[in-house]
Amino acid sequence: MKSPALDYVRVDSLSAAFDAFEAGDGDAQFLAGGHSVVPALNLRLQAPSLLIDISRIPELSGVELCDGWLRICAMTRHAEALTHPLIIHHAPLLCAAAPFVAHPAIRNRATIGGNLVLADPASEFPAAALAMRAEMEIVGRDGVRRVPADAFFLGLYETAMRPGEILRSLFVPPAREGQRVAFDELSRRRGDYAIVGAAIQAVMADQRLSDISIAFLAVGDRPIRAAKAEAALRGGALDGATIAAAQAALEGDLDLEDLPQMPASMRLHLARVLLGRVLGRLGGP
Amino acid sequence: MTMAPDTTAFIGQPHRRQNALRHLAGRGRFTTDLVLPRMVHAAFVRSPVARGQILAVDVEQASQAPGVICVLTAADLNPLCMPWVGTLDHFARMASPPQNILAETHVVWAGQPVVMVIASSRAQAEDACELVVVEIEDQEPVVDGAAALALGADTASPGLASNLCYETVLETADVDAAFAKAACVVDGEFSFGRHTAVTLEPRAVVADFDPSTGQLTVHQGTQTPYQFQDVYARHFGLNEGQVRVIAADVGGSFGMKLHVYHEEMATVAASKLLGRPVRFVADRLESFLSDIHARDHKVRARMAVDANGIITAMEVDDLTQIGAFSAYPRTSAAEGNQVIRLMGGPYRMQDYRGRLSVVFQNKVQTSQYRAVGHPIACAVTEVLVDGVAEALGQDPLDLRVRNVVPDDAYPHTSATGYQFEKLSHQACLARLRQMMGYETLRAEQALLRKTGIYRGIGIAPFIEITNPGAAFYGVGGARISAQDGAIVKLTPSGDVQCMISVTEQGQGTETIIAQIVGEQLGVSPERVKVITGDTDTTPVGGATWACRGAGIGGETALRAGRKLRDQILAIAAAVLQSEVVDLRLADASVIDAHTGAVRLSLAEIGRIATYRPDTLPSGTDNSLTAAQHYAPSGFPFAFTNGVQASHVEVDVETGLVKLLKHWVVEDCGRIINPLLVDEQIRGGVVQGLGAALFEECLYDEEGQLTNGSLAEYLVPMACEMPDIVIGHVETPTLDTILGAKGVGEAGTAAAGAAAMNAVNDALLPFKARLMQTPMTPARILAALGHV
Amino acid sequence: MEQDLTKEITVTVNGETVRQRVEPRLSLADWLRDRLGLTATHLGCEMGACGACLVMLNGRPAHACLTLAVQVDGEMVETLEGLRDRGVIADLQAAFHERNALQCGFCTSGMLATAHALLVDNPHPDRSEIRDALSGNYCRCTGYEAIVDAIASTAAARTIDQGTSG
Repeated sequence: MKSPALDYVRVDSLSAAFDAFEAGDGDAQFLAGGHSVVPALNLRLQAPSLLIDISRIPELSGVELCDGWLRICAMTRHAEALTHPLIIHHAPLLCAAAPFVAHPAIRNRATIGGNLVLADPASEFPAAALAMRAEMEIVGRDGVRRVPADAFFLGLYETAMRPGEILRSLFVPPAREGQRVAFDELSRRRGDYAIVGAAIQAVMADQRLSDISIAFLAVGDRPIRAAKAEAALRGGALDGATIAAAQAALEGDLDLEDLPQMPASMRLHLARVLLGRVLGRLGGP
Repeated sequence: MTMAPDTTAFIGQPHRRQNALRHLAGRGRFTTDLVLPRMVHAAFVRSPVARGQILAVDVEQASQAPGVICVLTAADLNPLCMPWVGTLDHFARMASPPQNILAETHVVWAGQPVVMVIASSRAQAEDACELVVVEIEDQEPVVDGAAALALGADTASPGLASNLCYETVLETADVDAAFAKAACVVDGEFSFGRHTAVTLEPRAVVADFDPSTGQLTVHQGTQTPYQFQDVYARHFGLNEGQVRVIAADVGGSFGMKLHVYHEEMATVAASKLLGRPVRFVADRLESFLSDIHARDHKVRARMAVDANGIITAMEVDDLTQIGAFSAYPRTSAAEGNQVIRLMGGPYRMQDYRGRLSVVFQNKVQTSQYRAVGHPIACAVTEVLVDGVAEALGQDPLDLRVRNVVPDDAYPHTSATGYQFEKLSHQACLARLRQMMGYETLRAEQALLRKTGIYRGIGIAPFIEITNPGAAFYGVGGARISAQDGAIVKLTPSGDVQCMISVTEQGQGTETIIAQIVGEQLGVSPERVKVITGDTDTTPVGGATWACRGAGIGGETALRAGRKLRDQILAIAAAVLQSEVVDLRLADASVIDAHTGAVRLSLAEIGRIATYRPDTLPSGTDNSLTAAQHYAPSGFPFAFTNGVQASHVEVDVETGLVKLLKHWVVEDCGRIINPLLVDEQIRGGVVQGLGAALFEECLYDEEGQLTNGSLAEYLVPMACEMPDIVIGHVETPTLDTILGAKGVGEAGTAAAGAAAMNAVNDALLPFKARLMQTPMTPARILAALGHV
Repeated sequence: MEQDLTKEITVTVNGETVRQRVEPRLSLADWLRDRLGLTATHLGCEMGACGACLVMLNGRPAHACLTLAVQVDGEMVETLEGLRDRGVIADLQAAFHERNALQCGFCTSGMLATAHALLVDNPHPDRSEIRDALSGNYCRCTGYEAIVDAIASTAAARTIDQGTSG
């Protein structure tokens, strides 16, 4: 399990990163924390000829408020999602999801940008980004564009990013009055890939739910918004009947496949159980 | 007035491990750490398919790759090695195809080594592996063991008459009658998943052949250096004296590192060929593809009870699926053989029939792993006992109390033919009941059930085979030492050294040996240096397997220590012009046996015997070294016993199980070191729980392992494991002076059975019952009717 | 002949400045073990699942198997050898020894790195917090309980020490 031979360059600006990528002739790979790239190299699942280390580009670092949005730059480590005061306050769903991402030492080094760009459908942050209705700020040679999360995750390990582009930051919209969040997942061991996970953000006012978004992870080729379940909840109270309706509606949201170790029907059952539990937590203190 | 404490009583004390200090300081000496001059690195090209015929192997491009020393095929290596066959004579009519280093014409499991690349670094060796072209014609693999036995089924390996490796039947005369007149019969169909050892340090070997002297030194992470010395000598045509095997620190073994593997044989062969050190360290992916796997049983079983709820008979049919050939030199049949013999072990049951079929399939070899056969026999037995309790409406703990062999009924022979010297099931059950607060837990369980919280309590008494003599392997013709050996010496300064054949993998062997030897010589264990794991410096012996370190190794050390004690006292008596009977050893001195007054320090004895033997009376033997070998006689094995209990909570909506607590009451005879005994038990329990709930080597229909990495194969981790409460009953064996039996496998033997009963107890209100491991959420949900 | 891809890196390792040329593909773990002889760092899975290779990277535990040596150019690495020599984990080491919180010793350096960081972040962890912190550290031998005990007793002793000393 040793990486294949490759070249490496560390760049200190975005323009240098683009230059390096172009010089790499289509066979270069950006490297941030490396916690997805390096295991893939060790397993020889990837063999780029060049790694471009973008982890020390100043424009990719930092967490700040920007026009009321929270801007989390790509090199922010997972661990900061648990400790950074701005993230705790302005992106509580990301903070709620963070303890479920792998293990403490991984979180020290792995970057949020790297995680989002990998677009692992079983990963927690993409689902949280989707539920937060966050936007991805992408930079390329031709400039900057912002892509909403639901247009960013396109498929298995597939995003709206074009070759040579770099995810610069995650923009989290400002919180509404009465906003609540909850995250949970079912996994066999702490830190494992989830059997199913759910991230929910909603506004609760006068005992009524509004502005709700629910994103599931580990249910398909990308994080999935549960639009029909959201519709069943919208305007309702967080009571047993409404939750049951949302659980029933979930079948229309998730197109689950049989897995070798678990049939689709059981996965749907678990997604419904989880939805009920996370909604229950949403109503909690 | 109080007596001064006996400062020489070291046996029974919780001494800390000296060698742990090295690990805590980052100064371990693992085979993976070893660097030798001119050392080169090996990597293997492995079969991508489970069964097929090799059409062509092209190594041309790989040979030219940077850093490559050579690329070796079967034609290069296999002629250097006499093939090995994993059968034993006492397993009648057992069959297994001969093995050699690299696949020649056929591949029989996905992961089988086909080509070996030697390069200046492991990375370069892996680079070159990617350039080797192996052309294989796929054949339909033999995957399912039952289908493999069908008439006309393809055979897993060429040259086999059928896929049956071994079969046997064990029965009493009246078993059918016992079932015919039973008041109640419960039955079950069980499936026990394949799992594997996942030692944290993977298999590692550095073979160093010196062509100038013909000397082969093999540094290997193994628990059995002497066995490998014999294997390498015989299979590579060397004299035994030319082969030295050194096992320094070993990063976990658990039975996995005592089998012969193709890669280790290849590494030795390559070193012989190249005349320089060759290193092979399995990476984690290779470990999953080539380390032995374990278990993989399908068992049908039933149990008969009479009108009084007394178990009268069991009938068991075990299908053990072992991969494409039987492991060498211990075979892959010992596991199943123990399964059918351990069934019903704790109980008075009179009649029994056990059938065993050991079957080939195109998967990696299975063989002995911690608690060989025990978890299977224990789970089958105990799940059926719980079934009886349910059928009769009796409390499962009470039912067991009535059925175990009473503590005053020994010696006892089981229905399967095992002889028990003296066990303590009743005492252990009583201790467990009190320790776990059984009645309180039952009351709490009933209360919580009403609130929709489903907790379960599982009980599993067990027996464990320890202190094996020649009955295990020797009688079958295997060259596996049934005895152990020790050399104890007093240094000129009065320190003690003990070179002994039993080996250390962290369980604390060296520490208990130091305690035992220290006690014989009146020397604190810290002053006793214990040397293990080197065939050139320690006497030959069985080393570590089947729980022999304390019982056999300890007895060997005790006898060696006493021999040296007598030699020291004889010298002291000569120096002091005293009688031996009036002298004793304590506090690193020769003391007056009656008054305790110090007469002479051991350092003084060492000085005189070493530097001034001329001052000793003529004819005095000045030897300060004693050698002793010991093999168990009397009972073929020293059985231990105990009972485990598991407390779980099952989330009946998700199928997730939370392990709340675990209890063990264990009787390993005389306890040499309670600290180490308890930690052996805890570690063993967690390995048992891993298999019960998490660990499984999953194969697809093509015979491909689909979860062969540490991200996908679930080992037990800290968050999911419970705290484990341990109690002891001590029934020393009278077969030895020391009285110790083994303890290393007790935890693993019954933890899974206790957990399975606990899960099923939690599911009782739903009439759901699981008889399959691991008990995954999917399987629990399926049992609950979610499909 | 193979193209020379090596890069020069300067890394503070256990307080010493080390300057070497390394191939970019070389992992931090292999660099520490094979080039610097710091063999306390172990390799158990090479994919970040077992925790045997944990080292302190800029003061935080990180997987040396998931990090390339070239990535830590200019940074600070501390292995068990360094923690040991600085004396900052002497009480943890003693507690592990006392409680026999290790058997084969292969997981131990990773366990100590995790424990060290945990107690810096959270001086009073409860047992479930300790188990949670260890969620990425695999031990096949002990069953974990002794390790949890050793960390808990170290935390308790540190609390008492601080209480009495001021």
